[in-house]
Amino acid sequence: MKVSLSWLQEYVGLNLKINELAEALTMAGLEVEAVSDRYDYLDTVRVGRIVNVKQHPKADTLKLCDVNIGGNIISVVCGAPNVKTGMLAPCALPGTLFPKGIVLEKSIIRGKTSEGMLCSELELGLGNSGLGIMELAPHLTAGDSLNKAIGLSDPVLEIDLTPNRPDCLSITGIAREIAALQSKKIKYPEIALPESTDDIANHTSVTLMDADLCPRYAAGLVFNIAVAPSPFWLQDRLISVGLKPINNIVDITNFVMMETGQPLHAFDFDRLAENRIVVRTARENEMFTTLDGKERRLDPEMLMICDGEKPVALAGVMGGLNSEIEDTTTNILLESAYFDPVCIRKTSKKTGLNTDASHRFERGVDPNGTITALKRALQLIVEIGGGEWVRGIIDEYPSPISEKTVGVNIPRLNRHLGTRLDVAAIENYLDSIEFEVEKIDQDTLKVTPPSFRVDIIRFEDITEEIARLYGYNNIETTFPLIPADARHPDKKIDSRNRVKTLMAGLGFSEAVNYSFISRQSCDHLELPAGDPKRKLVHILNPISEEQSVMRTSLIPGLLQTMKYNISQQNKNLKIFEIGLVFFHTGNNDRQPDEVEMLGGLWTGNRIDSTWFSNEIACDYYDIKGIVEELLKNVGIGHAVFTRMPAESCFYTRPGYTARILHKNEPIGLVGEVHPKVIRNYDLKQTAFIFELDFDRLIQSIPDVKSARPIPKFPSTSRDITLIIDNDIETYKIIQSVEMFHEELVENLHLFDVFEGDPIPKGKKSVSFRVTYRSSKETLEDNRVNDIHKNITDRLMKTFDATLPAV
Amino acid sequence: MDKTIEQIQQEALTELESAAEAESVKTISIKYLGRKGVVTQFLRNISNLPEEIRPEAGKKANETKKYLDALFKKALMHHESSSWETEGRIDVSLPGRVAPRGSLHPITQITQNICDIFTRLGFDIAEGPEVETDYYNFEALNIPQNHPARDMQDTFYISNAIVLRTHTSPTQPRIMEKQHPPVRIIAPGKVYRCDSDLTHTPMFHQVEGLLVDKDISFGDLKGVLTTFVHQMFDPETSLRFRPSYFPFTEPSAEVDIRCVICKGAGCRVCSKTGWLEVLGSGMVHPAVFENVGYDTTRFSGFAFGMGIERIAMLKYGIDDIRKYFENDLRFLRQF
Repeated sequence: MKVSLSWLQEYVGLNLKINELAEALTMAGLEVEAVSDRYDYLDTVRVGRIVNVKQHPKADTLKLCDVNIGGNIISVVCGAPNVKTGMLAPCALPGTLFPKGIVLEKSIIRGKTSEGMLCSELELGLGNSGLGIMELAPHLTAGDSLNKAIGLSDPVLEIDLTPNRPDCLSITGIAREIAALQSKKIKYPEIALPESTDDIANHTSVTLMDADLCPRYAAGLVFNIAVAPSPFWLQDRLISVGLKPINNIVDITNFVMMETGQPLHAFDFDRLAENRIVVRTARENEMFTTLDGKERRLDPEMLMICDGEKPVALAGVMGGLNSEIEDTTTNILLESAYFDPVCIRKTSKKTGLNTDASHRFERGVDPNGTITALKRALQLIVEIGGGEWVRGIIDEYPSPISEKTVGVNIPRLNRHLGTRLDVAAIENYLDSIEFEVEKIDQDTLKVTPPSFRVDIIRFEDITEEIARLYGYNNIETTFPLIPADARHPDKKIDSRNRVKTLMAGLGFSEAVNYSFISRQSCDHLELPAGDPKRKLVHILNPISEEQSVMRTSLIPGLLQTMKYNISQQNKNLKIFEIGLVFFHTGNNDRQPDEVEMLGGLWTGNRIDSTWFSNEIACDYYDIKGIVEELLKNVGIGHAVFTRMPAESCFYTRPGYTARILHKNEPIGLVGEVHPKVIRNYDLKQTAFIFELDFDRLIQSIPDVKSARPIPKFPSTSRDITLIIDNDIETYKIIQSVEMFHEELVENLHLFDVFEGDPIPKGKKSVSFRVTYRSSKETLEDNRVNDIHKNITDRLMKTFDATLPAV
Repeated sequence: MDKTIEQIQQEALTELESAAEAESVKTISIKYLGRKGVVTQFLRNISNLPEEIRPEAGKKANETKKYLDALFKKALMHHESSSWETEGRIDVSLPGRVAPRGSLHPITQITQNICDIFTRLGFDIAEGPEVETDYYNFEALNIPQNHPARDMQDTFYISNAIVLRTHTSPTQPRIMEKQHPPVRIIAPGKVYRCDSDLTHTPMFHQVEGLLVDKDISFGDLKGVLTTFVHQMFDPETSLRFRPSYFPFTEPSAEVDIRCVICKGAGCRVCSKTGWLEVLGSGMVHPAVFENVGYDTTRFSGFAFGMGIERIAMLKYGIDDIRKYFENDLRFLRQF
């Protein structure tokens, strides 16, 4: 909402300087976003002294003028008849932005360069005369900016109004607030309608078919007006708040709307069939063409203003093309109404029409301001448009909207705010904003807010009024008395923070990707039809196709991040992310299943080329090591990594992908990104990823840590090398030894794997070091040898293994 | 036993004196103190001595052993140290071998900072779903269908009933439905708005706060948020509370802090106002209490919310919100 100071001053005197005023309004809840001067565009328009005028050699109507603009003289081509040597006139320099939106540039007119432009009042937006250039008083100094030279200044406040304050969507609304801030009274415009003998009832009628959606509809008539451009002062007012002048009738309705906050609409009375108004809801699929020339399909939730036959306006939103004021219009019917805010909002949303009128109606106009605004406009139409007012006003208001009263308990108000205000102070504040106050007793007030304050409904609303008038910053700062109890910390939040710290410690940087991904991501991940990750949640109104569905995996985001970084030449990347993924439940009206996931990606080098090493690319075992270390550090000791069957690998490479199991439950996967997926993402280098179901992971994290004693007796170790089938996963051997429950076996460490000569094809040799230890004594060799032999024998049997030839 | 321990010691000393380098010291050391060394043998044979002189002889032999051992070590050190000081060197300035640490996202770090401050003040941390029902995101917060306040947030819809939460405020009714006062929670998380330009990303992060108990006042709101700002920024930071409007609080307040960049002089970051808007807050609206079944005559409370990206921008001097989600490693590694 823009308001110019000059307009405000019509209704309220100002004690404050403009910056103080802006500050005071902001601190009273009307946030002033910007203060500018509406004549700032005249900064580049200089007072010019015309020192010489010559005929343009190639154009009879043009003159070549030398203009002194202070320090120097420029040449200007001018076509104005009144230009003459010695006169002072405004000279716009290149870069000037004229009120009509045109930017002046240096130009060549019929072969002659014009370094500026001598301007008329009209061109500068300072008057209606466009006949010749503006003649300035001779005492002015050439070169001064025009606005400074002639004292043109009108600050404009741009106020960011919150939706609860529709009463401030008008100049008088803002003036009221300013009056309250300065403890002054606002001066409303005086309204006096001329004498008239005729009676409106003889000419027209208003029928309300739906008083719920249109509680009040008032109309007035003016005959024999002349549609013409508005006088300068009226156009100027509209321009000052950013509205475009159209013609005197439309301008007056806009002026009164800006002045009072009540939207008005003028109909060409002669184009209303049967010369009457019917207010009804639209019929299903009824068609109607609004003023903007667009044909719209209506529905029964929309309210229509109709004449005796057809709709003539979309109530409260926009008029119709079929009844708009034209240059030839002579008789007009002026509408001032109160429409149901919800109805207007729905219509505005459905039609996508957000107009100055709908903006006000949907927030709530003053139901008691209908008639005042109507009369004010009628008066101006008679004054400016020169018509005859037809006596009387139609005011259909079958069930008047009742006044609200709010009980205010003063001790409660003080407790709520933390203030110590007495009755008198509170009465004073409320009085300053036109609230009626009745004192019931020393502690209780009965408060009746004015009808324009549609936001005041209950006690708390009054507390806000008192607080903002008293000043939020004057309320004493206190502290709540907080009982010293606390809930247990949330395991999920704690674990998440811990895992993030661990991942960072392991060299991974945390990424945060958007939760929405491209619809095509599932195809990019090569997911088969029916894969659970295809249970996508679609956004009805996405910003782009790229961000149109909620992610079901962190991997697309991590791959996108990889792609972005590689494009930025960050080719070695270790990143991780913890975040939610979303699965559609099959029902659009239910929330999706949200699952928290942990994902990581490693691409590029394990070791960069350095003085001590050549560069070494990372591989599967690097990322697996990260997962192992992470799990170990959160207390998950016995996770199993086992080959993911090829038919279950979609976005990871078969043979290079492990499923991660904990207590026989799958908790995630780790592997190399499938080469197809790498290509789908237009990547040139491979990457290794892991994904863990974070919710399940948390369940597996032990709640308590318990210490084990440090062994007192020395350990002893024996090696064992077995030749086994290539297909046997080594974790099975370790698992097998664990299953033997041999209590003296402390650890099994795999230290070598070998394939190739002399090991037969299809076989591999694996070597373990078994550590033996007793917690009670130093072990004797013989005993260890026996156990070791036993273990070796059992492993050979279990895995059909042989020993290497010595 | 042919030689006395004194003789052995004397011989060892004589030999040591003639040793010219580390190697010969080592040889002598082994000759006398090694497993089969002369002194070792002597000690082993002590058990054969008559019982009355055995303790005395043992003691003496052990002393000799200790004495010689110290002497040999000292001699060894003497011979070796000269070479330590003159021979060999490395370029100590070569880069060390490291396993570089990763980094936590700035959003994570700021969120943790904020949560730490409020948990010190006695708040618990809660979380809620990111895909919300229209009820919790709007209705329960006193934003009915067709209310103009719905325009304050551009909403992503999944269906008429399901939205991507536009703020972390739905955690307020969710918590209050489950818990009786006193309630003290903060709720960090992702939120979504259908808005994408230079200064908006369609996803961002907020922290919500809620405190409900008996006799909680607007003054208390000011106290808690002032403490927060002073801990988050600088204890000298001045604040101002400015009337505003949120459908779920009444009175509502925006909290501005003195611009941390220009200290109030006016700069680009604060749009020349000298103030930065950092928090929205207010006393919980009675309609919200009624929706969760709290007795509005017995309880009052305040709620607040802030954008984490905004706080991180001010703390770290980040000038482009889109940087947060590009995940450029050169950006991430700075934090």
